[in-house]
Amino acid sequence: MSTQSAKPVKTKVKLSTPEGRKKMKDAFSSPWASAAAIVIAMLWTIPTFGLLVSSFRPEKDINATGWWMFFVQPNFTLENYESALFQGTAVTPPLSQYFFNSFAITLPAAIFPLTLAVFAAYALAWFDFKGKNFIFFSIFALQVIPLQMSLVPLLQLFAKGLMIGEDVIIPPLGITGTYIPIWIAHTIFALPLAIFLMHNFLSQIPRELIEAARVDGAGWFTLFRQIVFPLSVPAIASFAIFQFLWVWNDLLVGLTFGGGVKDIAPLTVRLAEMVGTRGSNWEVLTAGAFISMIVPLIVFFALQRYFVRGLLAGSVKG
Amino acid sequence: MYVIDLVTRKTGWEIIAPNLITLIFGLGAFAAIVILIFLLAERTSVRAQEWVKYLVFLVPAVALLLIGLIYPAIRTLILSFMNADSERFVGFENYIWAFTRPEIVQVLTNTAIWVIVVPIASTFIGLVIAYVTDRMKTAAVVKSLIFMPMAISMVGASIIWKFVYDFEPNLKKTDIGLLSSISKALGVNPPNWLLENPLNTFLLIVVMIWIQTGFAMVVLSAAMKNIPDEVVEASMLDGASQLKRFVQITVPMIRASIVVVLTTITIGTLKVFDIVRTMTGGNFSTNVIANEMYSQTFRALNYGTGSALAIILFLGVVPIIWYNIRQLRLERTER
Repeated sequence: MSTQSAKPVKTKVKLSTPEGRKKMKDAFSSPWASAAAIVIAMLWTIPTFGLLVSSFRPEKDINATGWWMFFVQPNFTLENYESALFQGTAVTPPLSQYFFNSFAITLPAAIFPLTLAVFAAYALAWFDFKGKNFIFFSIFALQVIPLQMSLVPLLQLFAKGLMIGEDVIIPPLGITGTYIPIWIAHTIFALPLAIFLMHNFLSQIPRELIEAARVDGAGWFTLFRQIVFPLSVPAIASFAIFQFLWVWNDLLVGLTFGGGVKDIAPLTVRLAEMVGTRGSNWEVLTAGAFISMIVPLIVFFALQRYFVRGLLAGSVKG
Repeated sequence: MYVIDLVTRKTGWEIIAPNLITLIFGLGAFAAIVILIFLLAERTSVRAQEWVKYLVFLVPAVALLLIGLIYPAIRTLILSFMNADSERFVGFENYIWAFTRPEIVQVLTNTAIWVIVVPIASTFIGLVIAYVTDRMKTAAVVKSLIFMPMAISMVGASIIWKFVYDFEPNLKKTDIGLLSSISKALGVNPPNWLLENPLNTFLLIVVMIWIQTGFAMVVLSAAMKNIPDEVVEASMLDGASQLKRFVQITVPMIRASIVVVLTTITIGTLKVFDIVRTMTGGNFSTNVIANEMYSQTFRALNYGTGSALAIILFLGVVPIIWYNIRQLRLERTER
């Protein structure tokens, strides 16, 4: 093909060819649309950008002029980050401590529910038993229950155990003030959606594959370990990112199940507290906000594709 | 519930060491148990496996849901008919309280405003952005930027916007808040943004719209990609204008996705807590139901009223999810 054949086809756009698709793309992207999109994107970014710029300005500058003045008097400092990360007050640890807590809460709170969900989804998708559909539908329906509805009794359960009349069903566990109640709470609240999504995925594994392995004499456990689990890794990864961000960004569970103990509180809890007590100390708040946002932003920009996939699959999370 | 740490705080390692041990122990124990169970279970006889498999795969999740979700939800329902310390039944008193006390009626009204404004505004803006950037070459960056607020915490988002809404009472000092500066540049004397009702509720709502628009945009733009090219082509050949094509072709073709987005955002908005708590603490008449539920339960220590508010929240969620499921079913039978 020579370059001459690249004449515009005016009468009909053939979509089956790559050129045709390109034609249509061009027809769509009017300069006005592009301009509008860019303006909206800027509008959406300016608030975050302003805070980011401020976090690098000296305290004196932040309180004296608006952040946009940074471009007139560019005084750059890392002091805000340094003091936010490493200098606590007389009664509260510095943010680096809370940063560690956020990790320590988020990792297990993503791994536990995913493991249990894959297990349950495997059972619901491939075991044959009475009441299977009932259990699956019930778990699906549990997504209706807002977190707030289970909050108080679950907290009491952790603190006092479970009694029916005089009989102790579950003794007090003595785990208040550690990460464990937060892990368990996140696990429980994540299960309905995780099981539902994993079930959707696992039930798509070809029946022949499962049956062939069964005929070869693989038990249910070997089957899971050698075939089902390796096949479900992409789905697990997708939901893991979602759950990771959800737990990292959570405030309510950390606030209530952490029992107000500072040593185990995640970043969000500390930041919310700082807004209350040091509401106009912008040099601490700006840096603090970015310290809490850096991990989600890295995860988001590095794994955006998987994040979007998880979101599209599970857009009913609450 | 709150342990107040009056002792001078421990230093770095004194806190991290025990916490690190808990973390390693927690993860290690979990992994060890799972591996051990698999090692043992794989060695059991074929007949035994027929029941062991339920014990390993299904029972843990179901038991957790029964104990951690269903039992507490039923108990909350019972607590909502009891007094503050759950010692005697009071009938519908807590519900009557919720619907007659002026400040709680205000809370419910505010929640209603949120639930009406946020889903419609975010879905509409998201839809327009998705349409404008659909099939656009350089849309990826634009979409990433609009989607970004979805990745950060609502606490972080609240700090970002609190800075935008910053108000300087001292007239001699320069404004550092963007909104105050813009309004002065336009010749309007800025009010104390977060104190002025009902303006403040709408300013908080802006934060939620800012977060949710990206979600709407991503889901709707994925839906638009599924519209067959032939349909778009046909309308282009008919010479339909951009607006006409948007209203008559795009929107009807992705109707199901629009419903999912609207309902998902509605549920998220019903439960909004972080933004209100961080930005105003529910003061200055900006309170919403999830925050009031928290205050009643953990500040006033009134489990009766707190539980009643949780049940009201639940009753708000149910019809939306019911509608959503019905729509999905209709969708499936149509195919």
